[in-house]
Amino acid sequence: MPRVAIVGIGRTALRPLSSEISYKEMMFEAAVRAYEDAGVEPRKDIGSFVGVSEDFWEGTSIFDEYLPDQLGGALRPVCTIGNEGLHGLATAAMQIMTGLVKVAAVESHSKVSEVDRPQKVMQMAFDPILNRPLDFNPHVVAGLEMARFLGDSRSLRNDCARIVAKNRASGLDNPYAAYPAKLTPDQVLGSADAFSPLKELEMSAPADGAVVVVLASEKKAKELAGEPVWIDGMGWANDTPTLESRDWASARYARWSLAQASKMAGYGTKKADIFEIDDTYAYKEIQHAAALGICKAEDFRRYIEGSAPPINPSGGSLGCGHILDATGLFKLAEAVEQLRGTAGKRQVKGARRALVQSWRGVPTTSGAVVLLSNGDIGPTGAVKGAVA
Amino acid sequence: MRRVAVLGAGITKFVRRAKETGKELSFEAARMALDSAGLELSDIQSVAEGTAPDAFDGLHMKAEYLSDGSGAFGKPYTRSYVGGGTGVFCGVHGWWHVASGMFDTCLVVGEEKMSSCFPHPQGAFLTIFDNFTERALGPNLVWIFALEMNRYMTRYNIKKEDVALVSVKNHGNALDHPSAQLGMKITVEDVLNSEVLAYPVQRLDISPTSDGAASLVLCSEEVARKYTDDPVFIDGVGWHLDTAYWTDRDLYYPRYVEKAAKMAYRMAKIDNPRKQIDFAEPYDPFDYKELHHMEGLQLCGKGEAPILTREGVTQRDGDLPTCPSGGALGVGNPIAATGVMKLCELFWQLRGEAGKRQVKNDPTTAVAQAWGDLMQVGTVVVMRRGGARP
Repeated sequence: MPRVAIVGIGRTALRPLSSEISYKEMMFEAAVRAYEDAGVEPRKDIGSFVGVSEDFWEGTSIFDEYLPDQLGGALRPVCTIGNEGLHGLATAAMQIMTGLVKVAAVESHSKVSEVDRPQKVMQMAFDPILNRPLDFNPHVVAGLEMARFLGDSRSLRNDCARIVAKNRASGLDNPYAAYPAKLTPDQVLGSADAFSPLKELEMSAPADGAVVVVLASEKKAKELAGEPVWIDGMGWANDTPTLESRDWASARYARWSLAQASKMAGYGTKKADIFEIDDTYAYKEIQHAAALGICKAEDFRRYIEGSAPPINPSGGSLGCGHILDATGLFKLAEAVEQLRGTAGKRQVKGARRALVQSWRGVPTTSGAVVLLSNGDIGPTGAVKGAVA
Repeated sequence: MRRVAVLGAGITKFVRRAKETGKELSFEAARMALDSAGLELSDIQSVAEGTAPDAFDGLHMKAEYLSDGSGAFGKPYTRSYVGGGTGVFCGVHGWWHVASGMFDTCLVVGEEKMSSCFPHPQGAFLTIFDNFTERALGPNLVWIFALEMNRYMTRYNIKKEDVALVSVKNHGNALDHPSAQLGMKITVEDVLNSEVLAYPVQRLDISPTSDGAASLVLCSEEVARKYTDDPVFIDGVGWHLDTAYWTDRDLYYPRYVEKAAKMAYRMAKIDNPRKQIDFAEPYDPFDYKELHHMEGLQLCGKGEAPILTREGVTQRDGDLPTCPSGGALGVGNPIAATGVMKLCELFWQLRGEAGKRQVKNDPTTAVAQAWGDLMQVGTVVVMRRGGARP
């Protein structure tokens, strides 16, 4: 299968508010950074632009109209994917794999600070006949799922609080993070009940920000000046959309996504040196780690406290902020920085392979997984310079 | 480049107000497409959904809701979205799933349930305009298309009578389409005497609002050869999106359709579309759009489409039939489903299975196209019957 590389990333720092700039200006900033990073001229080099957005978050019907101009994509192949950012990445990668496109850009952003009542938008995603008339806050679904996931395990309950402390502390080393903080697990458990057993501090807070990623074919990537990061595997899957018939205990969509990505990459979770996985709610990090085979839920604390490959060294959505469907691309950009060795104070030494995973949030069961490697790994999967 | 075949097609009836939910409409179309391909859902490796504004169905993240109806439970699933261009773009969306080598099969589903938008689906378009510069003026889609229609007619001195001929043809063609919502025999006078909505757009110049779904099964050439000796292939795809600042463009000509068409023709090795395309399904949500799009698709020179129409060239028994299905005007216009309906028509016509709608020129190559957003996007698919890739 043809190889596809990530050759440029650009993003804005995430912030709780960004009232002085428009979404267009935010997109422009991220795009310029990504194109500079890749060394490409959008009007000449980029063959396809993929946006990831949802109309209701934007407050604009047919939002894809407003993609091209600030990305340099006017009168060029531009389309929108109504899924998570990593689905957009997979879309651009597939377009390159066909041979039709050599360089593609993927964009997603959040201007959620301008949404008056985000939970009302989320409510509109519920089944209009069976669920919406019940008129409940959508985060209730997360509370219910967390209760099902925890069962009566006190240690898992405490692990959830530890994740918040861990990720927000990691955010202190991340200049892109909106919510870095020093917290103790007790402070987390002492925060207000949100959707019991979910505590207020166990929910990632919304943020504004934009991310643009530039992808290229193997040939084109080698022509460009920078060191490419390779997409070795990608997978995405949907479980059932109905609340009534889903498996509330495990994140099957993550397991299925990983299976597809591993099949393509020829390797799985155990080879990864860092993990950037979904932590929209603290319990989701454990649930996703279990579904992805990083560690069993009951071993989570031991795993985190040991010397195993770190989970969410970026600070995750809990530390950086949640930017809607751009969240997966933000995590991907973090993984790319790690594999390039440019992650500054949060750099994980010797990171060669990364696993990035995303989830679209309540009430969906839509997830995606991407497996990445850097130039230290040859096309055959062997570490360069290693003695067989 | 890996060649992609179309193995099956399915469609629901297009109606003003369906009792079925969007999920059920999607299921019905997908089931029919699978049956016609001779495949089961377990043979499908990926699903490509297309559906236009969430505001129609009143559902945020509409594709997530539709996913199980479209057969995506436990499968890789994405939704593409380019406004009114979504339908034909679904074919492009499904194409890259297979052409990339990621999957051998892909189920394409286009769905729209506009009737949920109450009292009228036009309401979903009130918020498509720029929130700083345009929305305050309270424009709607019919107004801005009236501007475009007027500009096109003025540029080439086209008479309304000539534009109305498209409406007469497509409503008439739809009489032979079992899914059609508005198949009817009308005259030019009927069009000219219909209610004025925003001059020069009159009621019979414009397609109805509709509920419906349509579906295709795509697969690799290798898979297709197991099921048929004479597959239909997607040999060209193209899409282009122009600037959102539509007020800065000359609306007389859809240059984004030209760019999209040329992209698809380059891939399909078509250098003389007027000679090499046997019939076309240009997007016709308004009668003048069929003419506009024929020119954008390079099927005739600028300003020539009304002349070809008047001379009968675009009739089913003409040299270059356009919208033999009945188009959006006649079959109905559930946006994303309409474009897939056009792709279905290409498939059925190229296989010689279009029944009473069958064009007479034994077609081997055909093009479908859709358009949308702020008069801004062109999406194009070229299909070919059998043979080696040129």
